[in-house]
Amino acid sequence: MNSRSHYDVVILGAGMSGLAAGIRLAHFGRRVCIFERHNAVGGLNGFYSIAGRKFDVGLHAVTNYVRPGVKGTPLGKLFRQLRIDREEFALCEQKQSRVAFGPQGEMSLRFTNEFAVLESEIAAKFPNQIDGFRRLVALVRTHDDVALDATPLSARAVLREHVTDPLLEDMLLCPLMYYGSSQPGDMEFGQFVIMFKAIFLEGFARPLEGVRVILRVLLEKYREAGGERRMKCGVSRLTTRGDRVAALLLDSGEEITADHVISSIGLAETRALIEGSGVSGSDGAVSKQGPVRLSFAETISILDRQPAQIGWDRDTIVFFNDTSRFDYNRPEEAVDLRSGVICFPNNFQYPDDQYLAEGIFRVTCLANFGAWERLSPEDYRQAKSRWFAAMQRSAKRFLPQSTVPRMEELVVTTDMFTPLTVRRFTGHVEGAIYGAPEKIRTGRTEYSNLYLCGTDQGFLGIIGAMLSGISMANYHILAKSA
Amino acid sequence: MTKDEVKQVVLGIIADIAPDEDLSTLKPDVRLRDQMQLDSMDFLDIVMELRKRHGIEVPEKDYPQLATLDSCGDYLTPKFNALASKS
Repeated sequence: MNSRSHYDVVILGAGMSGLAAGIRLAHFGRRVCIFERHNAVGGLNGFYSIAGRKFDVGLHAVTNYVRPGVKGTPLGKLFRQLRIDREEFALCEQKQSRVAFGPQGEMSLRFTNEFAVLESEIAAKFPNQIDGFRRLVALVRTHDDVALDATPLSARAVLREHVTDPLLEDMLLCPLMYYGSSQPGDMEFGQFVIMFKAIFLEGFARPLEGVRVILRVLLEKYREAGGERRMKCGVSRLTTRGDRVAALLLDSGEEITADHVISSIGLAETRALIEGSGVSGSDGAVSKQGPVRLSFAETISILDRQPAQIGWDRDTIVFFNDTSRFDYNRPEEAVDLRSGVICFPNNFQYPDDQYLAEGIFRVTCLANFGAWERLSPEDYRQAKSRWFAAMQRSAKRFLPQSTVPRMEELVVTTDMFTPLTVRRFTGHVEGAIYGAPEKIRTGRTEYSNLYLCGTDQGFLGIIGAMLSGISMANYHILAKSA
Repeated sequence: MTKDEVKQVVLGIIADIAPDEDLSTLKPDVRLRDQMQLDSMDFLDIVMELRKRHGIEVPEKDYPQLATLDSCGDYLTPKFNALASKS
């Protein structure tokens, strides 16, 4: 392969944020190369194939969905900045989603891409809270959530000024936390606003073929713009001189140089590449004394028919919880069965002649990296099958009774990922999905030509991830030389 | 190049950056920002596209000169012509 040894910009990681940063920089003539250790793009939002069947990792739904003509939202910004025609993403809207709380989901709030649906659900089920809820929404709408230097506030504290029923507080937080929060128990208010808009005020959509449609578009744009990428070739060390990154050592043993380095691999993970920083990379050693990192386990069941055919026709996504207070935290056990997220990729409003050939039933729960890591390979396999069954059982409590007595008989195949799987394929410490709790919104590091994008910069959701790459490329590189 | 041609160049760039905007009703003497959803990221793109496609440099202090289509024409036409006479 004919690759150079000096670039204007080197990007670490070919996930959503790295690819988006790469497109911007290549489009405006920078010589840029993305280095990715894995053999596939996508990072935390990728896909893999087993026996010819494709499975999505990460993405349940694209958040931030707005219909054509709605302006000034993140989705529109993304399309403009990456010169993407919205048709290319082929997004199809959700049917409906729910937040279901109580041992059998007795208290349930429906929401769709029409915000009025959630508002009327709250008015009906929490009549004494609706005025406070409306004040909260007004605050969310006017909050400047893209300011890079905002003072951090507790989302729960701000929420409680408007919503006094703890059940409603938890029910509002549950989807927002599951779809983006790296912080146990609470969220930073700015992050809350971003996620509230992304999920409730905007909405969910999905391309029929899932995340690979989006990745295909990004790769195409990047290639057209002249960007280079090297797969199965990570960066193993950053050599610094004074306050700059002077050189990058690749897994292949080659050394290259770059004027600027953008890292999407996480702050601790990036620091671990800096020689003399006293921490070793790749195996998670960095995290032992660090803050709690949240990771998840997910079960995927492939069914021989559509979920709608067995009575699961309405819900696209269900966020569930069975305890009196919702506890978004790293569980003591390997998996926390008390709460989670159900996703039916089949239940989006696809055009009439388009549908997914097989039924897909996904369940995601909080999980404990350490509890999985301690297991021997044999125990790990056994634990996986035990927790698989337990997660499915737990989730089904929140769905209508299926019309077939034994769903197991419809299952064509299954798969499951654990925090260990995530660590293996993304390199993120403890298999963390949303990065470290502390975000570096400016993307600045202690080195003047090294910037962060992606989860640890902190624009969340899949659209947020791409906007993170875009903003960091604009702010640190393009705007400075414009 | 005439001012009208330069304005067409700018319109072409805006059409690519913001394909979701209707440019047919744009008034040349009203601030672009007041007629369209254009944020600072979009303005940066207009400047960068001018450089990428036409080799025109717009220093940051001159950004206000790009406020309306007419002012774009006034400000950019001499730059385009200076460039043309050089080559």
